[in-house]
Amino acid sequence: MADPMRIRAAEKAGVTEVKVLMSHEMETGQRKDGAGKIVPAWFIQNVSFKHKDKEVFTAQFGTSISKNPLLSFRFKGAAKGDKIVVNWVDNHGDKRQDEGTVI
Amino acid sequence: MKKTKKLILMASVLAAVCAANPALAQQGKDDPLTKYRDMLAGDNPAELSEMKGEALWKTARGPNKVSLEKCDLGVGAGVVAGAYVKLPRYFEDTKMVQDLESRLVTCMVMLQGMTPAEARKNPFSSPGKPSDMEALASYITSQSRGLKMATPLSHPKEKEAYAIGKQIFYYRAGPYDFSCATCHGAPDKRIRLQYLPDLTNPKDAREAYATWPAYRVSQGEVRTMQHRLNDCFRQQRLHEHLYTSDAITALTMFLARNAEGATYNAPALKR
Repeated sequence: MADPMRIRAAEKAGVTEVKVLMSHEMETGQRKDGAGKIVPAWFIQNVSFKHKDKEVFTAQFGTSISKNPLLSFRFKGAAKGDKIVVNWVDNHGDKRQDEGTVI
Repeated sequence: MKKTKKLILMASVLAAVCAANPALAQQGKDDPLTKYRDMLAGDNPAELSEMKGEALWKTARGPNKVSLEKCDLGVGAGVVAGAYVKLPRYFEDTKMVQDLESRLVTCMVMLQGMTPAEARKNPFSSPGKPSDMEALASYITSQSRGLKMATPLSHPKEKEAYAIGKQIFYYRAGPYDFSCATCHGAPDKRIRLQYLPDLTNPKDAREAYATWPAYRVSQGEVRTMQHRLNDCFRQQRLHEHLYTSDAITALTMFLARNAEGATYNAPALKR
């Protein structure tokens, strides 16, 4: 199973800035291993952020995103203490869900 | 003829300006690598490793099925906060000077019942093979962030390790006849864009030691102090030291002690 994400969300003057570090290899499928064989592509495909069951941000990732990616965005409407739920699914079907609190 | 003279004059003026202004020698605030590091600061993926290490520290593992929470890193059994800035140090139970990685191996053997070979099995991660040691080192060092380096140097064994470490630092060997000091013993040296810290200068010595272990963007992993030292020995074309060898501990002791008073700020982020 995948390792947990690090989620930070801070509200300031009505705008909430969310920053998430995801733990993932993000293999491009273009590298070769020591034996000369191609390392198969393995990357996060879909990311979604929910605030009170409402989707506030979604993203489709590809192989150009770095290993252990950092994603940051801002949205309006959250209050301190609210929960932000982050989900990702990779091309192996592996999933990870974590929750952060707005501060 | 006149033109040539003028060019030579210009060149000598330029050389004088460069010598007088070390900032032009790719250092300090204008150094592109410094700018790059500043851009990345604050959102360090090393935090992922710290979280993983904390979970590992608290997980019952090994044949004895116990966690490392009773592990004595030098400031009392199970105390992690502030432990790293007082390492390496002499440990009464093992009768030797140990750095963090060496001490972790001791705890895995004594508490968790692993064999020394098992504990030293995977110190540096490679793609698809994450290292527990790197994660544990990330967690433990992160618990010393903001504290002052205060490696002890009172026990005779600690003094001995420091002296040996100093000797290793200045010891020239290998096909290039390099020592650590060849690259890190004089000011204003660099390799391509990378400014080389002068570890004989307390300011550079503090800054360098206080920022290891570090997440290396080029490798996508947190690398430990021994990994960094191994890299220097590799570039000297010397053999690779055994993991947690006494020589590595001695050299770490020398570097740690020279960084005394530094504000510890790692796991850091490096190129």
